[in-house]
Parts: sequence; structure tokens; C-alpha cells
Amino acid sequence: MIQQSPGYLLVLATVLPVLGVMLSLTLGGRRAERVALMTMPAGLAVAGAIFACVLATRRPLLYVVGAWAAPLGVSLRADGISAAMLLTTAVLMCAIGLFARADFRTPRPGPREARAPLAFWTLLLGVWGALNAVFVGNDLFNLYVALELLTFGAVPLVSLDGRAETLAAALRYLLFALVGSVLYLLGSALLYGAYGTLDVVLLSSRVRADTATEVAVALMTVGLLAKTALFPLHLWLPPAHAGAPTAASAVLSALVVKASFFLIVRLWFSVMPALPILPAAQVLAALGAAAIVFGSVLAIRQTRLKLLIAYSTVAQIGYLFLMFPLVAGAAAAPGASSAAWTGGMLQAISHACAKAAMFMAAGLIALAVGHDRIAGLAGVGRALPMTVFAFGLSGLTLMGVPPSGGFLAKWLLLTAAIDRGQWWWALVVVAGGMFTGAYVFRVLARTVTRPGERLVPSAPVARGREALVLALALLSVVLGVLPFASFGVLQIGRLDLPPGLLR
Amino acid sequence: MTSATLYGLMGAGLVGLGLYGLVVYPHALRKILAFNVLGGGVFLLFGVIARRGASSGLGGDPVPQALVITGIVVAFSATALAVALVVRLVEETGMAALPSDDPPAERAPRTEP
Amino acid sequence: MTPPLALDAGLAVLVLAVAASTIAARGTFASVIGFVTYGLLLALAWVRLSAVDVALTEAAIGGGVTGVLLLTASARLRRAEKSPAPAEHPGLVLRVTAAILSTLVAAGLAAVVLMPASPVPTLAPAAMANLPATGLGNPVAAVLLAYRAWDTLLEKVVLLLALLGVWSLAPDLLWGGRPGPRHLVRQESPLTLLAQFLPPVGIVVSIYLVWNGATAPGGAFPGGTILAAMWILVMQAGLADAPAVGSRTLRIVLVAGAALFLAVGLAGFVVADAFLAYPAGYAKPLIVAIEIPLTLSIAATLGLLVAGPPARAPEA
Repeated sequence: MIQQSPGYLLVLATVLPVLGVMLSLTLGGRRAERVALMTMPAGLAVAGAIFACVLATRRPLLYVVGAWAAPLGVSLRADGISAAMLLTTAVLMCAIGLFARADFRTPRPGPREARAPLAFWTLLLGVWGALNAVFVGNDLFNLYVALELLTFGAVPLVSLDGRAETLAAALRYLLFALVGSVLYLLGSALLYGAYGTLDVVLLSSRVRADTATEVAVALMTVGLLAKTALFPLHLWLPPAHAGAPTAASAVLSALVVKASFFLIVRLWFSVMPALPILPAAQVLAALGAAAIVFGSVLAIRQTRLKLLIAYSTVAQIGYLFLMFPLVAGAAAAPGASSAAWTGGMLQAISHACAKAAMFMAAGLIALAVGHDRIAGLAGVGRALPMTVFAFGLSGLTLMGVPPSGGFLAKWLLLTAAIDRGQWWWALVVVAGGMFTGAYVFRVLARTVTRPGERLVPSAPVARGREALVLALALLSVVLGVLPFASFGVLQIGRLDLPPGLLR
Repeated sequence: MTSATLYGLMGAGLVGLGLYGLVVYPHALRKILAFNVLGGGVFLLFGVIARRGASSGLGGDPVPQALVITGIVVAFSATALAVALVVRLVEETGMAALPSDDPPAERAPRTEP
Repeated sequence: MTPPLALDAGLAVLVLAVAASTIAARGTFASVIGFVTYGLLLALAWVRLSAVDVALTEAAIGGGVTGVLLLTASARLRRAEKSPAPAEHPGLVLRVTAAILSTLVAAGLAAVVLMPASPVPTLAPAAMANLPATGLGNPVAAVLLAYRAWDTLLEKVVLLLALLGVWSLAPDLLWGGRPGPRHLVRQESPLTLLAQFLPPVGIVVSIYLVWNGATAPGGAFPGGTILAAMWILVMQAGLADAPAVGSRTLRIVLVAGAALFLAVGLAGFVVADAFLAYPAGYAKPLIVAIEIPLTLSIAATLGLLVAGPPARAPEA
């Protein structure tokens, strides 16, 4: 069928990484890395093609798997935000994969296969496939399986180095994630019981506001919040993200937590757009505000760099939830709602680039000085100028300083808050920027302190890796310089706007 | 009060019991057991919905039943991964309760892998 | 109350009691035994809910394989734990908060259960109407391998990743070796006797379940689980050793089920309407052809998930 022909791209988006997982396990050994490196450009091409298709047709891309139409069968759907997240994931996976080559090489004189490299490359591909499945999923149970796939790919990455602290962190992460998934599944069960389908598009037209639906949404949201580590369910995140190997930390903070956030957006604005959610949305945003304050304060107090960056993730996730009360009730204020929608998603994307760059920079710094303590970073600025500059650029995005993606995102949220008369969120955005600045400058100040003698790096740091980190940081800044009209793609396929208002 | 409703109430009870056990007991293996009880309750709710959807000569709606089968397999693999983590953790540290929340502030310096 | 309803009420109360004893038991071992009992009783509940495929899977996985996994783990923990955990008595505040939270959630769910939507939405008519196109007689199998085959494919990958995750927990030096200790064969022990007589029966039952699953309750999942259980029995009795984790053959067996499923799915682009669609008339043979390697892969994966991470250094 001609309309469906680009739809096969949605299948490929998940199938390519899955094929990679299977090949990587079977071929094993050194070839696992090669399989991953060959999957990356292919995955990037597919994500780019999907993005181009959605942009060109200005309609979401749809594919019915097995030619069994919903509600009996399962379909895949890529709207504007799906396409944007698919592309972001692909770009970051390529960057992180290239960066990780130096860390996860199977040593030449040695056994045919080593544990950490095989596990890393296969799990990385598994996480990629799971992320794509989440972004294009159009069926609530399919999304549950994708979430579990994501958890099982991400948890072993945390404990990859085998230390006791990372094992404990991985176990705690797994327990939180499993409770989150089971609550999500419980909510889906109630929705099926009420409406007889789990298809997102069908549900959006069938949903009414009754007890079963409200209980279901509450349960699913709490479950997904546990997986997104929103305050007060954030306890598992700092040890897990800080304890993982550098490349894994980058994937976890940049992408994995965004998947469950993405699903909350899907749930609230695609599955049940008709539900009056404003009071509950205010609660979510209040938790987000608490996360910003709490996470930033804890970040300032950290003595270790990776933990500081992990707490920064806890804080930045809070910004994502400010979008909920500002997007809700789109029919009443479509302009402000669309601005907030773009702001929230742009925050997710620019934070992903910036946080990945930050973790990778921290990894290179730790390689150079041989440890992770912030107090001992004197002289790093001269030894690794590109890396520290990249760290600073990422910090700009997190703080919301122009001209960066983070600035644009926070600016959009701020103006939307004022437009909709919810000015208190504007205060939160501004305060958050100041808090973020405190911990970013704390790190940067240490790195430019001159020690008595020139710092000798304890391990050589390849220029190529530094360039990669800088490129990602620049990307997060460039996102803020793109013409505003280019973000119109994010609005495509929104199910909560009345049809006539879609641009 | 049909038998399906009875099992539905049983499922609700299992969910409550599982949640309680998950939150209260610090030993990781007990948490995993409680998670399985919780999961069993959720699957039962699906099963009750399936039973109520009986029609066209079937005893129950086959879609939720298939979802439960998938769910049982996924829950088992989750249990296996969690149990492997617990056993490994205990072999490393001798303790099965998760350490308290804040990670230690100062650690021996480590280089990146 | 009519007799069947009294039976159901009795079973429900019994399951809740066993579950409560599992959660609140004094020692880990007692908890695990309670859990195995709970799993088997739950299978009975599933039969009463007219979901025989689910009952088979629950009995095999919930009662059987999970039980072995937890028992083995609890034994290893007892050996390795420095001090038993009774020092960690949960505080009163935590208990009360948890009790309130759980009661609220359970009450909310009970309310939803007691107020079903009417008319009850169901996909049973649609499932039956499309059944002839799949050539199958078992609607649950049709959902798993035709209508929602995408879920089943992803679930296979979930199993693979979970296994890799378990394997990755081994120390670097032991990578590629065999999981678990070398079990010694004990002459005249009941375990050895069971391991000699039960597997042939189990294999026949498993083949029957898979073959018959196309038209009656059964299928690849219960069949694969029973095969896994037989394999675990044989390994634990020492009659066969666990395969080395680095073995290429093992890896191929593990991946084969999902790989063939994916291949058939991709072929659907060319010979049928869509990904994971079956060409008309060939649906049933293709589905049965998928189920056989799928069963073997599931058996291998589940058995290895119980065996755990590699524990012995690889030979040469």
C-alpha cells in the first residue's frame, strides 16, 4: 500500500538494533564491537529518514504490523516528538559508541571474547532498540514490553565494573524500575477493562473521565515517575548513573530516563486528551520544582564529579515536568500550549546532548587526573582545554544561558507560564538557572586553578575523543540557534489539539 | 457476585500484599518475592477482565490471556536478573539489605575503566 | 452460595493466606516454600477463570522454574550471608505508612473490580472472526503468534537481554565458563532417580504441548518451560553439565528462535502484506515452523537463567 510504504521504516527502527543484538551475541568476541559500529550509521539513516518523512508530509507516520488492524493487532506510529526523539537517540548513540571504543576494546593478546566489551556493545544495541520501540510504540502493552527491554538493557550497564557499590546501585535501580513497570501494567489492565483496546489512537477517542480511568492514569503515572526518577522517587538515580562506566552514564542520563518521561507525555496528551488534568498537572509540576531545587542543592554539595553530574540530572528532569500544566487544556490557549510543548521537548533533547557531553567530559577528566574528586581538578583546564570548554558549553545549556538549546527551552516555558497566568513556574525556571550556575561554576572554577606545577595526565587522552565531546556540547548550543519555525515539526500529530489548530 | 469478581478481589488483595511486602522488608530476596506476588495480582486482574469478556463460544477474551502469558515470562526474567544481582551482591559484601541511601562522600580514588 | 462459588471463595482465601505467609514469613527459606505453593494454587485459580493456557504457563514458570531459582538462591545466600537479617526489623512508621498505602491501592482496585463497565468490552468476537485466516484452532496462540506477534518477538529479545545481564555479573576471569558448580552424581538418591526417569516423560509432554498448542491449550511457552525444567533437573542431579557460556553452539541455539521469527517477519514484507504478516494459506505451517525453534530457545534461555552467571573458569 503506497501510503504505508515509508511505514516500514518504523519497523526497521527497532529491528535493526535487535538484529545487532542477535548478531553480536552469536558472533561474539571482537566482532560484537564491529556489529555495533556497523549498526550505527544504518540506525542513523533510518531515524533521519523517518524525521524527513514526518517533516515533509506534516502527518504522523503509521504502520500496522502484520496487517491486523487495531484493536486486535498492534500498530506503530511516529508523530513529531517521536521523530525528534528517534533522531536524537540515533545521533547520541553514534557519538557515545565512537567515544566508548577506547574503553571497551577486547584486548589483543587475550581470550577471544572478554566480558565487559561483549556485554557493553550488546546491551547498548539492546537499549537503542528498546528506546526506538518506546518512541514509535502505539499500543500500551507493546510499550510495557519495550520498557522492560529498556530496563534489562540498562541495569547490567550500571553494574558492568562489578564493584559492590555498583551492584547495589544496579539492584536498587532494577527494583524501582520493576515496580514502575508493574504499576504501569496494572493501569493498562484497568484501561483495557474499561475500553477494550490498548491502542493509543483508539483510546484517545474512547476515553471518558470515570473512576477506573482516573485510577489507571494515577497508577501508570506513578510507575513512570519512578522510572524517570522524579522527586521524591529519585533515590536510585545518583548512585546508578555515577557508578556506571562513562559511556553507560551518558546513555542512562541522556536517553533512558527520557523514555519514561516520553511515555508520561504520551499518556496524558495522546491517550487521554479529554481528561481534565489541570490540578494533577500542577502537582506534577510542583514535584518538578522540588526536584530542581533539591537536586541542585545536593549537586552543589557533592565532592565527586560524576555524582554532581548525576544530581544535576535529577534537577534537570524537574524542568521537564513544568510543561504539564502549561500544555494542558490546549484548546483554551493553543499558542501558549504549543510553546510549552516545544519547550518541554526541547529541554529533553538539549539536556540529552549536554548531559551526554558532560558525562563524557567527566570521564576524560578522570582519565587524565586519575580520580574523580572535584577538589583535585586544578590544572585540568590547561591539560584538556577542549574538554573543559565542552563541559562549560554543556553547563550553559543546563543553566539556560543564551544562545543555547537549554535557554530556548526554558525561555519557551517561561513565556508560556506568564501567558497562561501561572507566573509561579516562571520564578521556578529563573531560580533553577541560578542554582545550576552555582554547581557548574564550582567545577569550572576548580579546573582553571593553577597548581604549583603543570599537570601531567596519568593516562593519554585522545584528541579525537575530546573533539567528539566538544561536538556534542556544540550541538546542544546550536539547537538554540535554529530558527524557531523549525520546531514546528514537534507539533505534528498532537492528539490533544483540536484538529483545526494543527499548524 | 460471580466467581470472576471473587478472583478479582483476590487479585486486588494480592496487589496490596505485594506492595506492602515490597516497601517494608529490607532483605532484597523478600522484596523480589513481594514483587512476584504483586505481579501475580496484576495478572489476575487481567484474567478477570478476560473472563468477563467471554463471548463467541470462548470461555474468555483471548487477548488479555495472551498478554498475561507474555507478562509471566517477562516477570520471570526480571526475577532471574534480580536474584542474580542479589546473590552476587551478597557474595561481594555479605549483606543482602540495600545500603542506606546517600552514597559515601569520599572514596578511594579510582581511574575510569 | 452455590458449590462452585464456595470452592472459588475457599481458593481465593487460601491463596491470600499463603501469599500473606510468604510475605510475612520469618526466614527466607520458608518464604520461598510458601511462594511455590502460592504459584501452584494460582494455577488452579487460572483454570477456574477458563484460561488454561495461562494456567499451564503459571504452573510451569511461577510454580516450577521460579521456585527452583529462588530455592537455589536462598541456599547460596545462607552460605554467603555474614549475619542473618533479623537485626533489620522494619520500624513502626514505615509499616503503618506502607499498610495505609497498600490498603488504599487494594481498595481502589477492589472498587474498580466491583463496578465493571457495561457492556463489557471484549475482543473475543474479533479474535474468533479472524481465526480461520491464521489456520489455528487456539485463539490464544493466534494472539501470541499472529495478531500480536510483535509483542512475542520483542519478548524473546527481552529474555536474551536478561540472560546476557545475568552472565555479565560474573567476574572477568570466569567469562566464557560454565554456570553453577559441578554437581556430583549421588548414587541411589531420589534426585538422581527422578532425573533419570522424569526427563523422557517431560520431553514427550513438552512435544505434545507444542504440537497440540495450535488447536488446544498449550504452545511454545509452557512446552519450552517444561523442557527447561527437565534440563535443570538433569543438570542439578549431575547427569549432565551446564554448557559453557562462550560456546558458539549455545549462542546459536539461544538466538535461533528469535532469529527465525524475525526472518519470517521480514519475509512478510515481500511475500505477504506487511511485516509479521503470513501469506494466505501458509499461516499455520509457518507458525508451527516458528514454534519449534522458539520452544528450544525458550527452554535453553530459561534453563540458563536459573543456572546463573558462569562460575567456573573456561577450559583452555
